[in-house]
Amino acid sequence: MSTFLGMPAARDGRGPSPQAAPGTLSGIGRPEDPLHWGASFPDAARAALDNGQLRRNLGKATSTIRAKRASVVGEVPDWEALRDAGSALKTDVMARLPELLETLERNVTARGGVVHWARDAAEANRIVAGLVRAKEADEVVKVKSMATQEIGLNEALAEEGIAAVETDLAELIVQLADDMPSHILVPAIHRNRTEIRDIFLERMADAPPDLTDVPRELAMAARAHLRRKFLSAKVAISGANFAVADTGTLAVVESEGNGRMCLTLPETLITVMGIEKLIPTFDDLEVFLQLLPRSSTGERMNPYTSMWTGVTPGDGPSEFHLVLLDNGRTKVLADEAGRSALHCIRCSACLNVCPVYERVGGHAYGSVYPGPIGAILTPQLTGEKSDLPYASTLCGACYEVCPVKIDIPSILVELRAREVALAGSSPDTADRVWKAAMKAASYAMADGGRFRRAARVPRLLRAISRNGVIRRLPFPGSLWTRSRDLMEPPKQTFRDWWAEREDGR
Amino acid sequence: MTDTKAEILARIRAALGTDGGSAAPAGATAAAGTVPREYRSAGEHAPGSDVVLDLLIDRLVDYKAHVHRVPVAELPALLARLVAPTTREAPRGSVVVPHGLDGDWLSALGDDVDVRTDSRDAPLSAADLDEIDAVVTAARVAVAETGTIVLDGEPDQGRRAISLVPDVHVCVVRADQVVQTVPEAVRLLGRDPARPLTWISGPSATSDIELDRVEGVHGPRTLHVVLVS
Ligand code: SF4
Repeated sequence: MSTFLGMPAARDGRGPSPQAAPGTLSGIGRPEDPLHWGASFPDAARAALDNGQLRRNLGKATSTIRAKRASVVGEVPDWEALRDAGSALKTDVMARLPELLETLERNVTARGGVVHWARDAAEANRIVAGLVRAKEADEVVKVKSMATQEIGLNEALAEEGIAAVETDLAELIVQLADDMPSHILVPAIHRNRTEIRDIFLERMADAPPDLTDVPRELAMAARAHLRRKFLSAKVAISGANFAVADTGTLAVVESEGNGRMCLTLPETLITVMGIEKLIPTFDDLEVFLQLLPRSSTGERMNPYTSMWTGVTPGDGPSEFHLVLLDNGRTKVLADEAGRSALHCIRCSACLNVCPVYERVGGHAYGSVYPGPIGAILTPQLTGEKSDLPYASTLCGACYEVCPVKIDIPSILVELRAREVALAGSSPDTADRVWKAAMKAASYAMADGGRFRRAARVPRLLRAISRNGVIRRLPFPGSLWTRSRDLMEPPKQTFRDWWAEREDGR
Repeated sequence: MTDTKAEILARIRAALGTDGGSAAPAGATAAAGTVPREYRSAGEHAPGSDVVLDLLIDRLVDYKAHVHRVPVAELPALLARLVAPTTREAPRGSVVVPHGLDGDWLSALGDDVDVRTDSRDAPLSAADLDEIDAVVTAARVAVAETGTIVLDGEPDQGRRAISLVPDVHVCVVRADQVVQTVPEAVRLLGRDPARPLTWISGPSATSDIELDRVEGVHGPRTLHVVLVS
């Protein structure tokens, strides 16, 4: 039995079909472009809404994490002050990015690390492949990283004959199933235990034949499978949650210990990091190490956080490479209205509170960055025309939970306005588009619990007028007023809404 | 400077409007130094106070760590018990310790336990460590509110690999090392930020399968925290 590790399947350029989902062992394949694959959002969303199993998995998962998050955030008396600090720190970082990046480079280099710069995905992949080949390794262990997913590193390495082994349990499941992640934090959230058992039995050569679907047994099978790889791997590849400019310290936050294995045991460590992951000083970690775990897994602290500064002789890798990645980030930075999308610390809290995400799941967004953050980040990174700004009800819940206070609803409104402008649309089009959006909003607000949880229209209006966006919209602001009259429970389901929106196109 | 680096920095400066092409926007430099820090920089309770210790214990137990509280005189006996061989199939036990660990701590170990010493100069291989049952280390600091202990790789804590590969980690924390909040710990660690740091909050865990928490994946499946006063 072959194990499919790192082998690309869907490289035909068409991208995967969004139909494949729970119930089938094989996933949706690995797309050509990790930031743009599958059907348009409305089509993919419609397919997802037809999948009852997926919706049950998602509903259970998001509500569980939401409750955990709320409880541990509630424990912190100075939570809002931490959010203010986190938000201001990220603003500061963006304003001083060139200086801080050079400081980081200087400090990493002084401690024996090597810094590389990559303008885009292809360049980053080339650098990493070259480093791995120089070590004559044909297999590398990887710790879950959004940046390397974004650039399609595993597929690029496979083309060079290098197998990249994902070591995070969920990423391993996704990889074995030839699937794509559907959530930033729990990438296999769309798979249930029985499917996972079947995937292991069919595709993990050393899985015990009598494996059951008890989560502990499944986790132990993965432990045994990966143990030998950890002990023998020569090269590891990671992302980074934070990079401290003034000390050159990198930090990876994780749960299972696979991160520690990758960061500690192999001789060579290659870290691929977006240029926006910087924080100015070591002390600033005190803000983010409080914000991230509670927002993310709903834990007071995640089981393991590793920090390293260059190379420590005798302890850990003897060779350390840091690849600093642009890949569209400077495009986002150039956009004053949207640049705060770069403040994201990838906690995934906004996914878990989003009524749209909860129903359609991660794959519908057709990007490694799903959910509310994906809806603003993906179109900005690619600079392409996109449906994603409509993948929201503008209920505001994402802003309320965001640990660095990214005003996602306002950015969505701005991006929608541009889509409309791009379409060179008549007031008619604008009117239709906005009515559709407002119906979605009314849908969200029809649910009593969600209504209380979410920020209200007045907050959104405030946000919009603050950015001055509303003045640029090619239609009368009175639409907003009309939208507020729509708050009675809709006669329409979300699915119908999509159907109607499509018909109206 | 490489071309790539120069180009990325130029793109950033252009994006920020600080490339000299236009006047820098007002916010671009003013943001520095204006970070509001209204959050708590320290807890209301002193390091090592009873409230703080009780809080740490509560958090650790919540994360399925085993917590022991002993006066220093009883530490050797406790450690001997924690690393003793437990099954008849494995009549001998083994433990790895960093070379700077206080020798007294191991004075009560039975002769059915093999002790291996590890250091940066004389490291055990990962394969060797994989054959060893347990590791005993000290710690640098512990955070009560989050149930976290931090190791910084000094001689009494050892290389990162030794507290990772063996399946049982016994970590000895002095009461006066326990602070209440994360900022207190970060500021302490910030004195030597280049040391390799490992923050540990409970045994390794995953919630990747239907969000069912399973303790113990790749890191030590059992974590004993011994609080000494
Ligand atoms: S946008 Fe905010 S809430 Fe969403 S993942 Fe990023 S940091 Fe978390």
